[in-house]
Amino acid sequence: MTPNPQLTDTGELRHLLTIEGLSAKLIHSILDTAESFVSVGEREVKKVPLLRGKSIFNLFFEASTRTRTTFEIAAKRLSADIVNLNVSASSQSKGETLLDTVDNLSAMGADMFVVRHAQSGAAHFIARHVAPHIHVVNAGDGRHAHPTQGLLDMFTIRRYKQDFTQLRVAVVGDVMHSRVARSEIHALTTLGVPEVRVIAPRTLLPKGVEALGVHVFHDMQAGLKDVDVVMMLRLQNERMSGPFLPSAQEYFKYYGLTADKLKLAKPDAIVMHPGPMNRGVEIDSSVADGKQAVILPQVTYGIAIRMAVMSMLAGA
Amino acid sequence: MQLPDAEQLAQQLALALKPRLRANTVLVGIHSGGAWVAQKVHQHLGGTLPLGSLDSSFYRDDFSRIGLHAPAGPSHIPFEVEGAHIILIDDVLYTGRTVRAAMNELYDYGRPAAIELAVLIDRGGRELPIAADVIGARLELAEHQNIQVTLTPDKQLTLNLHER
Repeated sequence: MTPNPQLTDTGELRHLLTIEGLSAKLIHSILDTAESFVSVGEREVKKVPLLRGKSIFNLFFEASTRTRTTFEIAAKRLSADIVNLNVSASSQSKGETLLDTVDNLSAMGADMFVVRHAQSGAAHFIARHVAPHIHVVNAGDGRHAHPTQGLLDMFTIRRYKQDFTQLRVAVVGDVMHSRVARSEIHALTTLGVPEVRVIAPRTLLPKGVEALGVHVFHDMQAGLKDVDVVMMLRLQNERMSGPFLPSAQEYFKYYGLTADKLKLAKPDAIVMHPGPMNRGVEIDSSVADGKQAVILPQVTYGIAIRMAVMSMLAGA
Repeated sequence: MQLPDAEQLAQQLALALKPRLRANTVLVGIHSGGAWVAQKVHQHLGGTLPLGSLDSSFYRDDFSRIGLHAPAGPSHIPFEVEGAHIILIDDVLYTGRTVRAAMNELYDYGRPAAIELAVLIDRGGRELPIAADVIGARLELAEHQNIQVTLTPDKQLTLNLHER
């Protein structure tokens, strides 16, 4: 077996590229550390001196507001110096290769790269290339993984539901194109959730998804029955036409989360969404703004999770 | 080596702290041993003083050498630090580095009126100009020895000595 490139010889986190292959113990230790950072975020001074003097580069080759901003806030609360690079608008458009960009930023003294890229495997590629003292966080690569989103979702579930081993969780929507779904499913099964369901039309499910240890439902009513957690996925605009779906209205009718459908879940079920939401496509406003929604707490916890990940990597 | 009884020391600590209490006094224990000691002292003082706990993992000075210490738990300061008389409580005072980190963290909650330090054990070996105001017992320990407070399953404080 090839060693996990994310871990040091002593099993510490060196890069965070995917949740796949991380132990339940390591995931829980990230969540525990994040718990301490939540209390930092509630103070008058929301900053700790941990990463003073470290340089972090937000390397976003793909548009993002929430993820980039929460990484930026997290780095600033850790006292690191963070530089945002919107790479699509800079060197790459002049023809510089990805690794040349990384080498140049390394020459400027980078300690960590936070990478978002449309190509699956981009963060792995950079992690294999950089010097040993440089750390890489995958902030979303193609259809592959979005590990900090998966972790903040687990943090949110743990805060509201405590024990993973008693839960029934449904992941609803475009699983096929979703790196978030993949990270969520790996995290849920690793943490011992006994029943993970995916609910989606056949056209939006990858082949062989059952191999990930999930139960597949095409009927949303049946899939939501008695679940504790509903994790909605964003239906990307570019999928709304073409061969995948007839129309957004049609999709909402069958797979949109409405108050009526939510009644089939447990009465205390929570509703999650990674954002940005398409109201009236995958989720109805009455649910998105309802009292079972924990969508905004997810954003707040995202900062704590990213602080935990960055400080654990920088110390490894 | 005969170790003192930690429960008895906590009681003595509370007794010694009594004349120091003011109208604005709060207790803050340092995770994890100090937080347990602070709970005991809090009980001995009648259980009415505001009680908080600190984990100074994010303020330690050895991050660049050994990385992040897994925090023992979130800091919990359920009162205004601004203007408070804080009695900071730890189990063992050694180099003084933990106390330095804890004081820096406290300042990110506000400006206290005063901070005093109470420890169960002072084992010497200071590396910073820090001294305790109230001490349960002084112990002479060799550098390779490590002493800390733990909580037994029936919630009793005990002192443990390890050889490193």
